[in-house]
Amino acid sequence: MGRLSAENRQRAEAIVAVYPERRSALVPLCHLAQAQDGYLTEEAMEDIAKLCGVSPAEVRGTASFYDMLHTEPVGRYVFAICTNIACMLAGAYDVLGHAEERLGIHSGQTTPDGMFTIEEAECLAGCDRAVCVQVNHRFFGPVDEEGFDRLVEDLSAGRLDGTVPPHGVLNRVHRAVGLPARQPVSATISRNPQSAGAPPAGALAESAPSGDAVAKATPEQNPRKEKEGEAG
Amino acid sequence: MPDTTATTTTTTTTATPDTPEAPAKPETLAITLNGREVTAQPGELIIEAAERHGVFIPRFCYHPRMKPVGMCRMCLVEVSSPRGPSLQPACFVSVADGQEIETESPAARKAQEGVLEFLLVNHPLDCPVCDKGGECPLQDQAMSHGPGESRFIEEKRHWAKPIVLGPLTLLDRERCIQCARCTRFAEEIAGEPLIDFFSRGDAIEVATFPEKPFDSYFAGNTIQICPVGALTSVPYRFKSRPWDLEQVESTCTFCAVGCRVAVQSSAGKVVRFLGIDSGPVNQSWLCDRGRYGFEAVNARERLGQPLCRKDGELVPVSWNEALADVGRGIREAVSSQGPASVGIIGGARLPNEGQYAWSKLARAVIGTDNVDAQLGDGLPAELVVSLPQATIDEACHSKYVVVLAGDLREELPILHLRLRTAAAHHGLLVVDCSPVPTALAEVAAAVVPAKPGESAASVPDLVGSGGPLEGVDGSDVVVVLGRPSVSESADSVAAAAAAFVRALPGVRFLPALRRANVRGALDMGLAPGMLPGRVTLEAGRSWYESQWGSMPASAGLDTRAMLEAAAAGTMRVLVLLGADPLCDFPDRDLATRALERIPFLVAIGTLPTASAQLADVVLPAAGPTERGGTTTNIEGRVTHLAQKVVPPGVARQDWVIASEIAEQLGLDLGFDHLEGIWEEIEEVVPSHFGATVEAVYGPAGADGVVLPVSGVGLSLLPPGADPRRRLDPVATPGIDSVITQGAPMFAGFAEVPSGQVAESVAIEEAWAGVEPPALSADSVRTSGSSAPRPAPATFDPDRWPVPGAPVPDSYGFRLVARRFLYDQGALVQASPSLGKLAPRQRLHLRRKELQQLGIEDGGKVRVRSARGELIVPVELDESVPGGVAVLGFNLEPVDEPGLASIIDADEVAQTVRIETVED
Repeated sequence: MGRLSAENRQRAEAIVAVYPERRSALVPLCHLAQAQDGYLTEEAMEDIAKLCGVSPAEVRGTASFYDMLHTEPVGRYVFAICTNIACMLAGAYDVLGHAEERLGIHSGQTTPDGMFTIEEAECLAGCDRAVCVQVNHRFFGPVDEEGFDRLVEDLSAGRLDGTVPPHGVLNRVHRAVGLPARQPVSATISRNPQSAGAPPAGALAESAPSGDAVAKATPEQNPRKEKEGEAG
Repeated sequence: MPDTTATTTTTTTTATPDTPEAPAKPETLAITLNGREVTAQPGELIIEAAERHGVFIPRFCYHPRMKPVGMCRMCLVEVSSPRGPSLQPACFVSVADGQEIETESPAARKAQEGVLEFLLVNHPLDCPVCDKGGECPLQDQAMSHGPGESRFIEEKRHWAKPIVLGPLTLLDRERCIQCARCTRFAEEIAGEPLIDFFSRGDAIEVATFPEKPFDSYFAGNTIQICPVGALTSVPYRFKSRPWDLEQVESTCTFCAVGCRVAVQSSAGKVVRFLGIDSGPVNQSWLCDRGRYGFEAVNARERLGQPLCRKDGELVPVSWNEALADVGRGIREAVSSQGPASVGIIGGARLPNEGQYAWSKLARAVIGTDNVDAQLGDGLPAELVVSLPQATIDEACHSKYVVVLAGDLREELPILHLRLRTAAAHHGLLVVDCSPVPTALAEVAAAVVPAKPGESAASVPDLVGSGGPLEGVDGSDVVVVLGRPSVSESADSVAAAAAAFVRALPGVRFLPALRRANVRGALDMGLAPGMLPGRVTLEAGRSWYESQWGSMPASAGLDTRAMLEAAAAGTMRVLVLLGADPLCDFPDRDLATRALERIPFLVAIGTLPTASAQLADVVLPAAGPTERGGTTTNIEGRVTHLAQKVVPPGVARQDWVIASEIAEQLGLDLGFDHLEGIWEEIEEVVPSHFGATVEAVYGPAGADGVVLPVSGVGLSLLPPGADPRRRLDPVATPGIDSVITQGAPMFAGFAEVPSGQVAESVAIEEAWAGVEPPALSADSVRTSGSSAPRPAPATFDPDRWPVPGAPVPDSYGFRLVARRFLYDQGALVQASPSLGKLAPRQRLHLRRKELQQLGIEDGGKVRVRSARGELIVPVELDESVPGGVAVLGFNLEPVDEPGLASIIDADEVAQTVRIETVED
């Protein structure tokens, strides 16, 4: 916890190399750190600052701008309940009020067991399924009070583990995408003369820098399918 | 530097050859400003062009010394475009040919009022309890460009207040209007982005990272440029209201950069320093030591009464008694052992006039050449005055700057700021070859640490093949030359200077000496073997005999030699001119023995320093802001010092004390007023010919006069012009509070009538058609003497041989004794806010050597030299080169063993061994 793990560090360096400017990697690295710890720890922000060549204050400044990035600890599951117009007309405030009552916390708070956080969200672009609720950025809807209860029970029981990873994990398949603007240091000082002209390793290949540590994607866990997941 | 000086036009570009106007004049553009046809420069921002033509556009985020961001939207004006007039931020859009700009049209006016109404939505309007109230750009512009009332009736946001951003910086977040001046300053100018905006919308706040306070040396600037009362300083918070302040323009004398400041006082006490935008020097910035150092002037322990030692105790006496004692002491010493038994140490913090008086007193009255303003921690006077010199502007505009000095951020912070900005934003290539990389290393083109004691040997590496200065024209290089380490001999630095002159013909130097007026002291001959005017004793002897009467027979002793003579018993009288050798001399053992042995010790100064406690007579002197005169900065730029408050008790000006002592010795120095001394200096001192009283003391000298005055001539203000400069580029003309923002040059300067604005524009217009008087050395009145004027010392590389390399010691580390901005020196410690910021002593080593020694980071070690030993904690510091150990100078209280107890001043470079300590 805290500092970026060795594996994530390597991944972070690969991300930094994708951009012409180091600091451009700031937000992707914040997501990487959040996937590791569920939120952005101070230590991780310091690591990111070093990797991006900025100050920790600038990392926290950027991270605090975005609702998707948390600089304070949050629960394993973060409910984002939309209260914009479409969802509001469909009863979003009833769902929100029910959620607060059911979990015994206010919007913006986390249950004492560290399982759930509730947030009131602006439009999540799921108006066709109002009331739309995101759990760790996975869409569920329409959700009513009863549906919310079932969602909580399913999450608590681990029945949705295949659909909803712990908070912070955006995708469980790591793809090395994009052409590196600068080769990672390890590639530039490679002793292998043949590698000099070859495209950088992993440039377009669908493999993570250290493949065995990454969970293999199954059809059920395909991010595209997650949108289909429904509460109960 | 691309000086965006349009708003803060420096009214006197004093003989600085490379002002920004130097390149070929670009074509001008014709624009229509509020229906008036005016001209503008290509690339100029609308807000700048308008300001030059007397049209003020309201603004908050715009600052002429920073890049525009267009954040606050207050400067919206109507600008013509192919699609018709549109609202554009004047601080972000450059002028174009034929552009029509309306700053006061109904549309522009409505936009400005709308923005102000928005800015005030979350502003608490707590002006009656806000420090900024009365000098607040938001307050002023709400009156001049605001709608008058707000439609906002909802609850405003509330925050805990104030929060601590840094040791001396407080933040009231609800007052913040998010102009980002502070965060931009920290990132862009200071290069220390320790503060940033957090969160978003109405939850936005300026904050630091947790546990990483805004402890920048430049933090005070964010307070000065905050256009609201959000940022306040600990020393000034709730101290005064702007309308209670009196102020005067002066020069900061807490280091040798010579920043121009507004000294502000309330009820007879100095309460605040603000930076004034002096283009060639500080460009409106100040360091925190300069900004808050005035606290030492108000210190409770200030000397206000002469003291004499009676029965072993220092007791208050009258001036007459104390002066008679001093006169008797000196007379006895001279009559028993000759004038060479009298020595004078210090004087680097005196104004030029005081230094000249003391130099004259020593040479012509007492007859001794034992005078030294530096405490063995500077550079040889002859070297400094003879090297080809460069100004700060020239250094910033040159292609390369080589730094062979201590960390400039710690020693001359604003010089660091100027060089850093030039390197980070304007392509200056910095080569850092100090033994331990300085704060400039971050933006440096090359970092080539010289080995301590062998600086000269590193020069071939720099200019040789593959070096960063290979094939470089010497005229493109400025070397910032200082004393990188007080445990390294000055000869080694002098030899390096000689090596640079040989390797790079045409190279120029900027001396990085730190005591306030040390350059003035060297110019005034407060150095053995040097006479006023940058001439050696031998070269100037006949001239000064004709001017002053008599001259000492031979060159005298420097501080170290004087202390050695005192310790050996051959010295009879030592006069400490504000000097505190016990604290500041690198070899404490020698200083202690000398001061304990000397039969008669006179201490003249502002504070009861450790050395003054040993004195037989203590004379209280006026301190900064309590005395007029002039000061000379590292460039050789003479600026005017203004008196704002009266000294405590019966403390006197330094030149008065010198005159009184001369009178005790039966001679008259011939001074009766301050300007009279300068008149004599201008007439007698060769390097100061042409720097007339009007040029230096008068309003014209706002940016100072660089010596020697060249044939180019000085541009002076026309008589009667108001030299006031706006303190704040946000200041709204026409509003009363602003009129008092420009500090007059003199206390008691006639007030500008209400409604009339001090504008540099007005000064330039007043000059129209008037040819500035050309002043050159030739037109200077010649004195009646027939003796030829002595020529200033010229630099001879062979005069500075390379000292023998230190004996290699395979177990030893070369010691670098570096300085910190805040140390245990009397001046810092007398200032309550700064004193506690002095860091604790740490031995800095890199990881590899820590591991070899088997020491944990933070563990204690014994540092041993032939002289003594010291037990200190170690700190891991990867910037330290191999084989080098770094300690801070003057970080231990004077009564504890410190770094000065292990330095042997005889060594070229101090070698130390590091041993582990068993607990």
